[in-house]
Amino acid sequence: MQKEISYERYQRQMILPGFGEHAQGQLADASVLVIGAGGLGCPVLQYLVAAGVGRIGIADGDSVSLSNLHRQVLFHTSDIGKNKAETAADRLRRLNPEIVIQPIAENVSSRNLLEIISAFDIVVDGTDNFATRYMINDACVLMNKVLVYAAVSRFEGQVAIFNYPTAQAGRSSNYRDLFPEPPGENEILNCADAGVIGVLPGIIGSMQANEVIKVITGMGELLVNQLLTFNAMTNQLYTVKITAKQETAQLIPQTAAAFEKTDYAWLCASPSTVNEIDARTFNNLVQKGNIDIVDVRELHEMPAVDEFQHYRIPLAELKTAYLQLKNDTVVVFCQSGKRSLLAMKFLSEQLGTTKRIHSLQGGIIAWKTFCQTK
Amino acid sequence: MKTRVLLFGQLAEITGSKELEMEGCADTAALLSILHEQFPVLAQSKYVVAVNQEMISGNKNLPENSIVALLPPFSGG
Repeated sequence: MQKEISYERYQRQMILPGFGEHAQGQLADASVLVIGAGGLGCPVLQYLVAAGVGRIGIADGDSVSLSNLHRQVLFHTSDIGKNKAETAADRLRRLNPEIVIQPIAENVSSRNLLEIISAFDIVVDGTDNFATRYMINDACVLMNKVLVYAAVSRFEGQVAIFNYPTAQAGRSSNYRDLFPEPPGENEILNCADAGVIGVLPGIIGSMQANEVIKVITGMGELLVNQLLTFNAMTNQLYTVKITAKQETAQLIPQTAAAFEKTDYAWLCASPSTVNEIDARTFNNLVQKGNIDIVDVRELHEMPAVDEFQHYRIPLAELKTAYLQLKNDTVVVFCQSGKRSLLAMKFLSEQLGTTKRIHSLQGGIIAWKTFCQTK
Repeated sequence: MKTRVLLFGQLAEITGSKELEMEGCADTAALLSILHEQFPVLAQSKYVVAVNQEMISGNKNLPENSIVALLPPFSGG
Protein backbone atom coordinates (compact mmCIF):
# COMPACT_ATOMS: atom_id res chain seq x y z
CA MET A 1 0.00 0.00 0.00
CA GLN A 2 1.60 3.26 -1.09
CA LYS A 3 0.68 6.03 1.29
CA GLU A 4 0.69 9.75 0.70
CA ILE A 5 4.19 10.85 1.75
CA SER A 6 4.96 14.35 2.93
CA TYR A 7 8.09 15.34 1.04
CA GLU A 8 8.74 18.29 3.26
CA ARG A 9 8.63 16.28 6.49
CA TYR A 10 11.14 13.71 5.25
CA GLN A 11 13.09 15.92 2.85
CA ARG A 12 16.38 15.83 4.77
CA GLN A 13 16.59 12.06 4.71
CA MET A 14 15.07 11.65 1.25
CA ILE A 15 17.88 13.69 -0.31
CA LEU A 16 20.44 11.23 1.07
CA PRO A 17 22.26 9.23 -1.59
CA GLY A 18 20.62 5.82 -1.93
CA PHE A 19 17.58 6.80 0.13
CA GLY A 20 15.07 8.83 -1.90
CA GLU A 21 11.40 8.15 -2.46
CA HIS A 22 11.97 4.42 -2.62
CA ALA A 23 13.39 4.07 0.90
CA GLN A 24 10.80 6.48 2.26
CA GLY A 25 8.10 4.32 0.68
CA GLN A 26 9.63 1.21 2.29
CA LEU A 27 9.46 2.93 5.69
CA ALA A 28 5.84 3.94 5.07
CA ASP A 29 4.93 0.34 4.21
CA ALA A 30 6.72 -1.15 7.21
CA SER A 31 5.28 -2.09 10.59
CA VAL A 32 7.34 -2.31 13.77
CA LEU A 33 6.36 -3.54 17.22
CA VAL A 34 8.29 -1.91 20.07
CA ILE A 35 7.98 -3.95 23.26
CA GLY A 36 8.76 -1.82 26.30
CA ALA A 37 8.37 1.96 26.16
CA GLY A 38 11.19 2.54 28.62
CA GLY A 39 14.76 3.82 28.40
CA LEU A 40 15.39 2.03 25.09
CA GLY A 41 11.82 2.17 23.79
CA CYS A 42 11.54 5.96 24.06
CA PRO A 43 14.36 6.88 21.65
CA VAL A 44 13.51 3.96 19.35
CA LEU A 45 9.93 5.19 19.11
CA GLN A 46 10.85 8.83 18.66
CA TYR A 47 13.19 8.13 15.76
CA LEU A 48 11.00 5.53 14.04
CA VAL A 49 7.96 7.78 14.29
CA ALA A 50 9.94 10.80 13.09
CA ALA A 51 11.44 8.80 10.21
CA GLY A 52 7.97 7.82 8.98
CA VAL A 53 7.64 4.09 9.70
CA GLY A 54 4.05 3.51 8.57
CA ARG A 55 2.65 1.54 11.50
CA ILE A 56 4.13 1.28 14.98
CA GLY A 57 2.86 -0.85 17.88
CA ILE A 58 3.85 0.03 21.44
CA ALA A 59 3.39 -2.71 24.04
CA ASP A 60 3.85 -1.77 27.68
CA GLY A 61 1.61 -2.42 30.66
CA ASP A 62 3.61 -0.29 33.11
CA SER A 63 2.88 3.23 34.20
CA VAL A 64 5.27 6.16 34.32
CA SER A 65 7.08 6.72 37.61
CA LEU A 66 9.33 9.55 38.75
CA SER A 67 12.47 7.39 38.70
CA ASN A 68 11.88 6.66 34.98
CA LEU A 69 12.16 10.27 33.87
CA HIS A 70 15.95 10.61 33.87
CA ARG A 71 16.12 8.24 30.90
CA GLN A 72 12.61 7.77 29.48
CA VAL A 73 12.60 11.07 27.68
CA LEU A 74 9.18 10.83 26.04
CA PHE A 75 7.45 11.31 29.38
CA HIS A 76 6.77 14.43 31.42
CA THR A 77 6.50 14.79 35.18
CA SER A 78 2.75 15.27 34.77
CA ASP A 79 2.55 11.75 33.19
CA ILE A 80 3.43 9.96 36.43
CA GLY A 81 0.93 7.16 37.04
CA LYS A 82 -0.28 7.02 33.41
CA ASN A 83 0.19 3.97 31.19
CA LYS A 84 3.41 4.20 29.17
CA ALA A 85 2.09 2.80 25.87
CA GLU A 86 -0.87 5.16 25.78
CA THR A 87 1.09 8.19 26.95
CA ALA A 88 3.84 7.52 24.40
CA ALA A 89 1.26 7.02 21.62
CA ASP A 90 -0.40 10.32 22.48
CA ARG A 91 2.88 12.21 22.37
CA LEU A 92 4.14 10.47 19.23
CA ARG A 93 0.93 11.17 17.30
CA ARG A 94 1.60 14.84 17.81
CA LEU A 95 5.14 14.34 16.52
CA ASN A 96 3.91 12.62 13.35
CA PRO A 97 0.16 12.42 12.65
CA GLU A 98 0.79 10.86 9.24
CA ILE A 99 1.50 7.36 10.56
CA VAL A 100 -0.52 4.79 12.49
CA ILE A 101 0.40 4.28 16.15
CA GLN A 102 -1.15 1.38 18.04
CA PRO A 103 -0.70 1.36 21.82
CA ILE A 104 -1.09 -2.00 23.56
CA ALA A 105 -1.49 -1.11 27.22
CA GLU A 106 -0.62 -4.52 28.61
CA ASN A 107 2.49 -6.49 29.35
CA VAL A 108 3.28 -9.19 26.83
CA SER A 109 2.93 -12.77 28.03
CA SER A 110 3.24 -16.20 26.47
CA ARG A 111 -0.55 -16.08 26.08
CA ASN A 112 -0.81 -12.84 24.05
CA LEU A 113 2.61 -12.38 22.46
CA LEU A 114 2.24 -14.54 19.34
CA GLU A 115 -0.97 -12.82 18.39
CA ILE A 116 0.45 -9.34 18.99
CA ILE A 117 3.64 -10.12 17.04
CA SER A 118 1.77 -11.61 14.09
CA ALA A 119 0.53 -8.16 13.07
CA PHE A 120 4.03 -6.67 12.63
CA ASP A 121 7.09 -7.16 10.37
CA ILE A 122 9.84 -6.31 12.84
CA VAL A 123 10.06 -6.60 16.62
CA VAL A 124 12.14 -4.29 18.83
CA ASP A 125 13.05 -5.57 22.30
CA GLY A 126 13.29 -2.72 24.79
CA THR A 127 12.22 -4.70 27.85
CA ASP A 128 13.94 -4.80 31.22
CA ASN A 129 13.95 -8.45 32.34
CA PHE A 130 15.24 -11.80 31.15
CA ALA A 131 11.91 -13.61 31.30
CA THR A 132 10.42 -11.27 28.69
CA ARG A 133 13.61 -11.15 26.61
CA TYR A 134 13.74 -14.96 26.22
CA MET A 135 10.01 -15.03 25.55
CA ILE A 136 10.33 -12.39 22.78
CA ASN A 137 13.33 -14.18 21.26
CA ASP A 138 11.53 -17.52 21.14
CA ALA A 139 8.35 -15.94 19.75
CA CYS A 140 10.32 -14.24 16.95
CA VAL A 141 12.02 -17.53 16.03
CA LEU A 142 8.67 -19.32 16.06
CA MET A 143 6.97 -16.61 13.97
CA ASN A 144 9.93 -15.88 11.61
CA LYS A 145 10.18 -12.24 12.67
CA VAL A 146 13.31 -10.12 12.67
CA LEU A 147 14.22 -9.08 16.22
CA VAL A 148 16.22 -5.94 16.89
CA TYR A 149 17.62 -6.45 20.37
CA ALA A 150 19.31 -4.11 22.83
CA ALA A 151 20.00 -4.15 26.55
CA VAL A 152 21.82 -1.89 28.98
CA SER A 153 23.47 -2.08 32.37
CA ARG A 154 25.11 0.78 34.23
CA PHE A 155 27.45 2.30 31.61
CA GLU A 156 27.33 -0.41 28.96
CA GLY A 157 24.93 -1.50 26.26
CA GLN A 158 24.50 -4.31 23.74
CA VAL A 159 22.83 -4.23 20.31
CA ALA A 160 22.19 -7.04 17.81
CA ILE A 161 19.78 -8.16 15.11
CA PHE A 162 18.44 -11.69 15.64
CA ASN A 163 16.65 -14.15 13.41
CA TYR A 164 17.30 -12.24 10.19
CA PRO A 165 16.52 -14.21 7.00
CA THR A 166 19.71 -15.41 5.30
CA ALA A 167 20.20 -17.13 1.99
CA GLN A 168 22.05 -20.19 3.30
CA ALA A 169 20.98 -21.02 6.81
CA GLY A 170 17.40 -19.80 6.81
CA ARG A 171 17.77 -17.48 9.78
CA SER A 172 20.69 -15.75 11.44
CA SER A 173 21.68 -16.41 15.05
CA ASN A 174 19.34 -15.50 17.89
CA TYR A 175 19.65 -14.59 21.56
CA ARG A 176 19.83 -18.24 22.62
CA ASP A 177 22.94 -18.75 20.50
CA LEU A 178 24.59 -16.21 22.77
CA PHE A 179 23.03 -17.19 26.08
CA PRO A 180 21.21 -20.52 25.65
CA GLU A 181 19.58 -20.59 29.07
CA PRO A 182 18.25 -17.67 31.08
CA PRO A 183 20.19 -16.66 34.17
CA GLY A 184 18.28 -16.39 37.41
CA GLU A 185 16.57 -13.05 37.73
CA ASN A 186 18.69 -12.39 40.81
CA GLU A 187 21.93 -13.41 39.17
CA ILE A 188 22.16 -10.32 36.98
CA LEU A 189 21.03 -6.93 38.18
CA ASN A 190 18.46 -4.90 36.25
CA CYS A 191 18.40 -1.10 35.96
CA ALA A 192 16.48 -0.71 39.21
CA ASP A 193 19.16 -2.61 41.12
CA ALA A 194 22.30 -1.86 39.12
CA GLY A 195 21.54 1.68 38.06
CA VAL A 196 21.94 3.13 34.60
CA ILE A 197 23.23 6.44 33.29
CA GLY A 198 20.28 8.17 31.61
CA VAL A 199 21.95 8.97 28.32
CA LEU A 200 23.09 5.36 27.74
CA PRO A 201 19.72 3.90 26.69
CA GLY A 202 19.40 7.07 24.57
CA ILE A 203 22.56 6.09 22.68
CA ILE A 204 21.81 2.37 22.53
CA GLY A 205 18.13 2.91 21.65
CA SER A 206 19.20 5.24 18.83
CA MET A 207 21.50 2.50 17.53
CA GLN A 208 18.57 0.11 17.70
CA ALA A 209 16.38 2.53 15.70
CA ASN A 210 19.21 2.89 13.18
CA GLU A 211 19.32 -0.90 12.70
CA VAL A 212 15.54 -1.01 12.25
CA ILE A 213 15.71 1.65 9.52
CA LYS A 214 18.55 -0.25 7.81
CA VAL A 215 16.60 -3.53 7.98
CA ILE A 216 13.55 -1.86 6.40
CA THR A 217 15.41 0.02 3.67
CA GLY A 218 18.16 -2.55 3.01
CA MET A 219 20.80 0.13 3.46
CA GLY A 220 24.22 -0.34 5.01
CA GLU A 221 25.63 -3.24 7.01
CA LEU A 222 23.48 -4.87 9.64
CA LEU A 223 24.41 -6.22 13.05
CA VAL A 224 23.41 -9.69 11.90
CA ASN A 225 25.40 -12.52 13.54
CA GLN A 226 27.16 -9.83 15.56
CA LEU A 227 26.83 -8.43 19.04
CA LEU A 228 27.91 -4.84 19.46
CA THR A 229 28.79 -3.51 22.88
CA PHE A 230 29.30 0.13 23.79
CA ASN A 231 30.86 1.54 26.92
CA ALA A 232 29.71 5.08 27.71
CA MET A 233 32.67 5.72 30.02
CA THR A 234 35.47 4.69 27.67
CA ASN A 235 33.62 5.32 24.37
CA GLN A 236 34.78 1.88 23.29
CA LEU A 237 32.80 -0.14 20.80
CA TYR A 238 33.47 -3.86 20.66
CA THR A 239 31.85 -6.23 18.19
CA VAL A 240 31.77 -9.99 18.53
CA LYS A 241 30.79 -12.43 15.79
CA ILE A 242 28.02 -14.82 16.82
CA THR A 243 27.31 -18.14 15.13
CA ALA A 244 24.02 -19.98 15.14
CA LYS A 245 24.37 -23.25 17.06
CA GLN A 246 22.45 -26.38 16.22
CA GLU A 247 21.69 -27.28 19.82
CA THR A 248 20.04 -23.89 20.36
CA ALA A 249 17.02 -24.74 18.23
CA GLN A 250 15.77 -27.41 20.59
CA LEU A 251 15.63 -24.94 23.49
CA ILE A 252 12.94 -22.96 21.68
CA PRO A 253 9.31 -24.12 21.75
CA GLN A 254 8.50 -25.68 18.38
CA THR A 255 4.80 -24.88 18.24
CA ALA A 256 2.49 -22.09 19.28
CA ALA A 257 0.84 -24.45 21.77
CA ALA A 258 4.19 -25.33 23.37
CA PHE A 259 5.15 -21.66 23.49
CA GLU A 260 1.92 -20.67 25.20
CA LYS A 261 2.50 -23.32 27.83
CA THR A 262 6.04 -22.17 28.60
CA ASP A 263 6.32 -20.34 31.90
CA TYR A 264 9.15 -17.89 31.16
CA ALA A 265 9.02 -16.26 34.56
CA TRP A 266 9.64 -19.63 36.15
CA LEU A 267 12.41 -20.54 33.71
CA CYS A 268 14.26 -17.40 34.66
CA ALA A 269 13.76 -17.77 38.36
CA SER A 270 14.53 -21.45 38.62
CA PRO A 271 18.28 -21.63 37.97
CA SER A 272 18.95 -19.39 40.94
CA THR A 273 16.39 -20.92 43.25
CA VAL A 274 16.72 -24.61 42.51
CA ASN A 275 20.26 -25.92 42.45
CA GLU A 276 22.90 -28.13 43.97
CA ILE A 277 25.09 -26.71 46.68
CA ASP A 278 28.43 -28.01 47.87
CA ALA A 279 29.30 -29.05 51.42
CA ARG A 280 30.86 -25.69 52.28
CA THR A 281 27.78 -23.72 51.16
CA PHE A 282 25.56 -26.16 53.00
CA ASN A 283 27.63 -25.75 56.14
CA ASN A 284 27.24 -21.96 55.92
CA LEU A 285 23.49 -22.31 55.52
CA VAL A 286 23.28 -24.62 58.53
CA GLN A 287 25.17 -22.11 60.64
CA LYS A 288 23.02 -19.21 59.46
CA GLY A 289 19.86 -21.12 60.39
CA ASN A 290 16.33 -20.42 59.17
CA ILE A 291 16.34 -23.32 56.74
CA ASP A 292 14.37 -26.52 56.48
CA ILE A 293 16.57 -29.57 55.98
CA VAL A 294 15.16 -32.86 54.79
CA ASP A 295 17.00 -36.21 54.90
CA VAL A 296 15.47 -38.34 52.13
CA ARG A 297 17.43 -41.52 53.01
CA GLU A 298 15.72 -44.62 54.37
CA LEU A 299 15.35 -44.46 58.13
CA HIS A 300 17.97 -47.15 58.82
CA GLU A 301 20.73 -45.60 56.73
CA MET A 302 23.98 -44.55 58.37
CA PRO A 303 25.74 -42.33 59.24
CA ALA A 304 23.25 -40.84 61.63
CA VAL A 305 22.99 -37.08 61.60
CA ASP A 306 22.63 -35.33 64.94
CA GLU A 307 24.59 -32.17 64.22
CA PHE A 308 21.57 -30.17 63.05
CA GLN A 309 17.78 -30.39 63.16
CA HIS A 310 16.15 -31.96 60.15
CA TYR A 311 13.17 -33.88 58.88
CA ARG A 312 13.45 -37.54 57.93
CA ILE A 313 11.27 -38.34 54.92
CA PRO A 314 12.50 -41.21 52.69
CA LEU A 315 12.30 -40.33 48.98
CA ALA A 316 9.47 -42.79 48.29
CA GLU A 317 7.37 -41.16 50.99
CA LEU A 318 8.09 -37.60 49.96
CA LYS A 319 5.26 -37.57 47.45
CA THR A 320 2.65 -38.43 50.02
CA ALA A 321 4.18 -36.69 53.03
CA TYR A 322 2.55 -33.57 54.33
CA LEU A 323 5.40 -31.10 54.37
CA GLN A 324 5.36 -28.44 57.02
CA LEU A 325 8.15 -26.28 55.71
CA LYS A 326 8.53 -23.07 57.63
CA ASN A 327 11.45 -21.40 55.92
CA ASP A 328 12.08 -19.96 52.46
CA THR A 329 15.16 -22.11 51.96
CA VAL A 330 14.93 -25.88 51.80
CA VAL A 331 17.89 -28.25 51.53
CA VAL A 332 17.41 -31.92 50.77
CA PHE A 333 20.18 -34.45 51.26
CA CYS A 334 20.77 -38.20 50.94
CA GLN A 335 23.83 -40.41 51.10
CA SER A 336 25.66 -39.35 47.93
CA GLY A 337 23.52 -36.62 46.38
CA LYS A 338 21.63 -38.65 43.76
CA ARG A 339 18.28 -39.25 45.44
CA SER A 340 18.26 -35.70 46.80
CA LEU A 341 18.44 -34.44 43.19
CA LEU A 342 15.17 -36.25 42.49
CA ALA A 343 13.73 -34.88 45.70
CA MET A 344 14.80 -31.35 44.72
CA LYS A 345 13.14 -31.74 41.33
CA PHE A 346 9.95 -33.01 42.91
CA LEU A 347 9.84 -30.23 45.48
CA SER A 348 10.51 -27.54 42.90
CA GLU A 349 7.55 -28.83 40.88
CA GLN A 350 5.39 -28.78 43.99
CA LEU A 351 6.53 -25.48 45.44
CA GLY A 352 7.28 -23.49 42.28
CA THR A 353 9.28 -20.36 42.91
CA THR A 354 7.96 -19.75 46.39
CA LYS A 355 11.08 -21.26 47.96
CA ARG A 356 14.78 -21.71 47.32
CA ILE A 357 15.37 -25.42 47.00
CA HIS A 358 18.84 -26.95 47.17
CA SER A 359 20.27 -30.43 46.99
CA LEU A 360 23.47 -31.23 48.90
CA GLN A 361 26.08 -32.26 46.35
CA GLY A 362 27.90 -35.46 47.31
CA GLY A 363 25.33 -36.09 50.01
CA ILE A 364 25.86 -36.28 53.76
CA ILE A 365 29.14 -38.14 53.13
CA ALA A 366 30.58 -35.04 51.48
CA TRP A 367 29.47 -32.85 54.36
CA LYS A 368 30.89 -35.19 57.03
CA THR A 369 34.18 -35.24 55.15
CA PHE A 370 34.12 -31.47 54.88
CA CYS A 371 33.58 -31.14 58.63
CA GLN A 372 36.54 -33.42 59.37
CA THR A 373 38.93 -31.56 57.10
CA LYS A 374 37.99 -27.96 57.74
CA MET B 1 52.66 -16.44 25.57
CA LYS B 2 50.49 -13.46 26.40
CA THR B 3 46.69 -13.20 26.31
CA ARG B 4 44.66 -10.04 26.85
CA VAL B 5 41.38 -10.59 28.66
CA LEU B 6 38.58 -8.02 28.33
CA LEU B 7 35.83 -8.07 30.93
CA PHE B 8 32.45 -6.51 30.24
CA GLY B 9 29.66 -5.32 32.49
CA GLN B 10 29.66 -6.60 36.03
CA LEU B 11 32.43 -9.10 35.30
CA ALA B 12 34.85 -6.17 35.46
CA GLU B 13 33.62 -5.47 38.97
CA ILE B 14 34.34 -9.04 40.00
CA THR B 15 37.93 -8.87 38.81
CA GLY B 16 38.35 -5.20 39.71
CA SER B 17 39.56 -4.41 36.22
CA LYS B 18 38.22 -4.15 32.66
CA GLU B 19 41.37 -5.69 31.30
CA LEU B 20 43.76 -8.38 32.48
CA GLU B 21 46.92 -9.78 31.01
CA MET B 22 47.53 -13.50 31.38
CA GLU B 23 50.71 -15.43 30.71
CA GLY B 24 51.13 -18.96 29.42
CA CYS B 25 47.54 -20.02 28.73
CA ALA B 26 47.48 -22.48 25.82
CA ASP B 27 43.71 -22.58 25.51
CA THR B 28 40.53 -20.99 26.84
CA ALA B 29 39.89 -23.81 29.31
CA ALA B 30 43.27 -23.19 30.98
CA LEU B 31 42.69 -19.46 31.01
CA LEU B 32 39.21 -19.74 32.50
CA SER B 33 40.23 -22.20 35.18
CA ILE B 34 42.94 -19.80 36.37
CA LEU B 35 40.46 -16.91 36.34
CA HIS B 36 37.83 -18.95 38.17
CA GLU B 37 40.32 -19.92 40.83
CA GLN B 38 41.41 -16.33 41.25
CA PHE B 39 37.87 -14.94 41.18
CA PRO B 40 35.43 -17.61 42.46
CA VAL B 41 32.41 -15.34 41.85
CA LEU B 42 33.32 -15.34 38.15
CA ALA B 43 32.86 -19.12 38.08
CA GLN B 44 29.23 -18.66 39.10
CA SER B 45 28.58 -15.89 36.60
CA LYS B 46 27.00 -16.28 33.19
CA TYR B 47 28.98 -15.02 30.24
CA VAL B 48 29.84 -15.78 26.64
CA VAL B 49 33.49 -16.17 25.60
CA ALA B 50 34.90 -14.60 22.45
CA VAL B 51 38.40 -15.17 21.10
CA ASN B 52 39.64 -12.46 18.78
CA GLN B 53 36.11 -11.10 18.43
CA GLU B 54 34.52 -14.44 17.60
CA MET B 55 32.19 -16.17 20.00
CA ILE B 56 33.35 -19.69 20.84
CA SER B 57 31.73 -22.72 22.36
CA GLY B 58 33.82 -25.38 24.05
CA ASN B 59 37.57 -25.11 24.36
CA LYS B 60 39.71 -23.18 21.86
CA ASN B 61 43.45 -22.87 21.42
CA LEU B 62 44.83 -19.41 22.07
CA PRO B 63 47.38 -18.22 19.54
CA GLU B 64 50.03 -15.73 20.71
CA ASN B 65 48.57 -12.30 21.57
CA SER B 66 44.95 -13.45 21.51
CA ILE B 67 42.27 -11.22 22.93
CA VAL B 68 39.67 -13.05 24.98
CA ALA B 69 36.46 -11.20 25.81
CA LEU B 70 34.01 -12.30 28.50
CA LEU B 71 30.57 -10.79 27.94
CA PRO B 72 27.71 -11.17 30.43
CA PRO B 73 24.04 -10.83 29.54
CA PHE B 74 22.37 -7.50 30.34
CA SER B 75 18.70 -7.26 31.12
CA GLY B 76 18.15 -3.53 31.54
CA GLY B 77 16.10 -1.44 29.18
